[in-house]
Amino acid sequence: MWAWLLKRLGQILPTLLVLSFLIFGLQQLMPGDPALILAGEERGDPQVLAQIRAELWLDRPLWEQYLHWLGNVLTGDFGFSWRIRMPVAELILQKLPVTAQLAIMAFLIGTLIGVPMGILSAVRRDRLADWLANAVALFGISTPNFWFGIMLILLVSVQLGWLPPSGYVPLTEDFWQSIATTIMPAFVLGTNVAGVLMRHTRAAMLTALSQDYIRTARAKGLTERVVVWKHALRNALIPVVTLGTIELGRLLAGAVLTEQIFTIPGFGKLVVDAVFNRDYPVVQGVVLTTALIFVLLSLVADLLYMAINPRLRQA
Amino acid sequence: MRTIIAAALALGAATALLTGTAQAQPQQQHLRIALREDPDILDPTLSRTYVGRIVYAALCDKLFDIDEQLRIVPQLATAHRWEDPRTLVITLREGVRFHDGEPLDAEAVRYSLMRHLTMQGSFRRSEINTMESVEVVDPRTVRIRLKEPSAAFLSQLTDRAGMIVSPKAAEAMGRNFGTRPVCAGPFRFVERVAQERIVVERFPEYWDAGRIHLNRITYLPIPDNTVRMANLQSGAVEFGERMEPDDIQAIRRDRRLRVVAVDELGWQSLQINVGNGPRANTPLGRDPRVRHALELSLDRQAIVQVVYEGAYTPTVQPLPPANPYHVASLRPEPRNVERARALLREAGVTTPLQVELAVPNNPDLRQVGEVIQAMAREAGFDIRLRAVEFASGLQAAQRGEFELWLVGWSGRVDPDGNIYSFFVTGGGQNDGRYSNPEADRLMNAARAELDQEKRKALYEQLLQILVRQDRPRLFLWHRKNIMVHSARLTGYRPVPDGLIRVQGLRFE
Repeated sequence: MWAWLLKRLGQILPTLLVLSFLIFGLQQLMPGDPALILAGEERGDPQVLAQIRAELWLDRPLWEQYLHWLGNVLTGDFGFSWRIRMPVAELILQKLPVTAQLAIMAFLIGTLIGVPMGILSAVRRDRLADWLANAVALFGISTPNFWFGIMLILLVSVQLGWLPPSGYVPLTEDFWQSIATTIMPAFVLGTNVAGVLMRHTRAAMLTALSQDYIRTARAKGLTERVVVWKHALRNALIPVVTLGTIELGRLLAGAVLTEQIFTIPGFGKLVVDAVFNRDYPVVQGVVLTTALIFVLLSLVADLLYMAINPRLRQA
Repeated sequence: MRTIIAAALALGAATALLTGTAQAQPQQQHLRIALREDPDILDPTLSRTYVGRIVYAALCDKLFDIDEQLRIVPQLATAHRWEDPRTLVITLREGVRFHDGEPLDAEAVRYSLMRHLTMQGSFRRSEINTMESVEVVDPRTVRIRLKEPSAAFLSQLTDRAGMIVSPKAAEAMGRNFGTRPVCAGPFRFVERVAQERIVVERFPEYWDAGRIHLNRITYLPIPDNTVRMANLQSGAVEFGERMEPDDIQAIRRDRRLRVVAVDELGWQSLQINVGNGPRANTPLGRDPRVRHALELSLDRQAIVQVVYEGAYTPTVQPLPPANPYHVASLRPEPRNVERARALLREAGVTTPLQVELAVPNNPDLRQVGEVIQAMAREAGFDIRLRAVEFASGLQAAQRGEFELWLVGWSGRVDPDGNIYSFFVTGGGQNDGRYSNPEADRLMNAARAELDQEKRKALYEQLLQILVRQDRPRLFLWHRKNIMVHSARLTGYRPVPDGLIRVQGLRFE
């Protein structure tokens, strides 16, 4: 078990290294010269452009730029944002809690709606509850977040005046105000997650419920509650856990459109602004952090499998 | 399932109850302003973005300011005089203090101007590089010597180049000064959370404290226009800058809001590649008659009507009506498809003439492209639209990878800033590589001419060449700064630069 864990952790570093190289390379393929963007309306002055290029190492060969960056990252220095001159590490630490709060709230909403709905619709297959649950899931999956978000703002904030339309208040500053500013975006993201989780829980439950051991369990005279919750659900959960961690990772990577609409200053907004402004150090820092989150979450998923399915513990 | 629904409803109701304060009255005299973008670094020497200047209007006073008629008026300076065309003497206001309590004197002015000129990475250098030296005459007087006469120099001191920073703070913070700027404006810096908010509070020792009624201002970057509107309508912010023309009607219907639209300093134009690489070698790039034909095929008023609800001002020149150098006799020619066709025949062009038009990838500018495409088709142009993302477009334009490119400029107070670098041979923003020795001569003469009437005559001559003869760029319209604020807020003074001056603002 411990050897396995160490091995998995050991794989993280090379993965991130390859990834950092990919990010760096892909960025170079993007059209648009960072110096031109940074110069703004002063871009007409060749002196200004030369100065920016020299300051940011943009006039050096690519491999030199990459090694310089990598060397700094290995010592914990992610560089500074070209646009606002703040250290990238500080920016990430500032945005990560925001995105984490939003992601966790959205994930909770998604799971609390999606999984029970999936179970219900599998157990009540082809009946009204199943039909309703499917409709809700379809709505969650197929409604674009930006549209749903704007509609919610217009209804809840402008018409009813219940919640602030956008912005963010940190949890540490004012708990309830913080929940008030994040509940709408979390709901928008959550309905999406709920839709996905519902569909997969339903499918996995239907497969599980048609297995021989379920028939055996029923034949033994177990109550339907025990059959569903203890036998079917536990086996059906494995694909759902995989999917759940992927969804959580996706949420933690920043919900680009939703954050933009609700002006939530999280990862998504940070990375989009950085891409449009060709603020490469920020893009690199954020993508690397996101990758790390994904890798760690997949590790968590593996650990959860073992908790759910004892057979995997021997492997 | 029932439990879940009940729980969800309960949660919703609880949140609604607990957050009933979401819309609560703003604190007394606390103004919240929705910005269109997040400003870059808040160091007057290093910053570039337009939106940052809106924040500076509260933080950093300048030597001079401009008024509604674009006249230069004193701010930290009380007077100025030209000793000769290359020597400017500025008298400073007495008793001004920086936010850190340090006095603002001639030495601080010298320090700031030299910082703008020499600091590594300064974006002010190109604005004031005609400056040779700054001398402290006495604690209230500085003498600035220029390398050559410059009519535009004084106007540069009405913007970031004229902002005076605390030398003590600037020395202590170095390049990080922008993370905690210390100036001499009516408000001092409190905090900034990137992409979230910038907070400033009233500076009690401000030299003009009697005109400051607000206690606190929070700047909130809200890029999405619909969301900015929703914030204004729900009372979550009290001021929104650069709103869209299609919102004007909705705002006028809302009794809680006021809308103010004022001509901005800049322009929108169609830049033509007349000399930058192989893509300039087209009938449009080579022959002014073809460019004239394209211009005749366009109805600027109709474009502005269709896309911007008629809110913007059609134009043929780079100087908006508010600018004292605006040439009133230069007005858009009426659309004339017959004459456009005749000009194309005269130029020996076989129609339809294929032209590629690059447009920034924004919904409104894409629509402008489509309207131009439809109008020009009738005269014999086959316009292909290419939507480009802003950063890629800049690079393509500089490399000459365009034939026709829809591009705007935010504008400057002095006419030189709206013309020179776009038309002079080798000019930094002259991406189409236009070159005409006579135009160059006029531009250089105009930037050195200190007599306003003579200067005006030079610009008139120049504009005849640019917009009636060579046409390397077709000016289309002057945008309007559409500002929306709460009806409870009074004292807003619209100035064409679009800045939100905080003097006199108050909640009734």
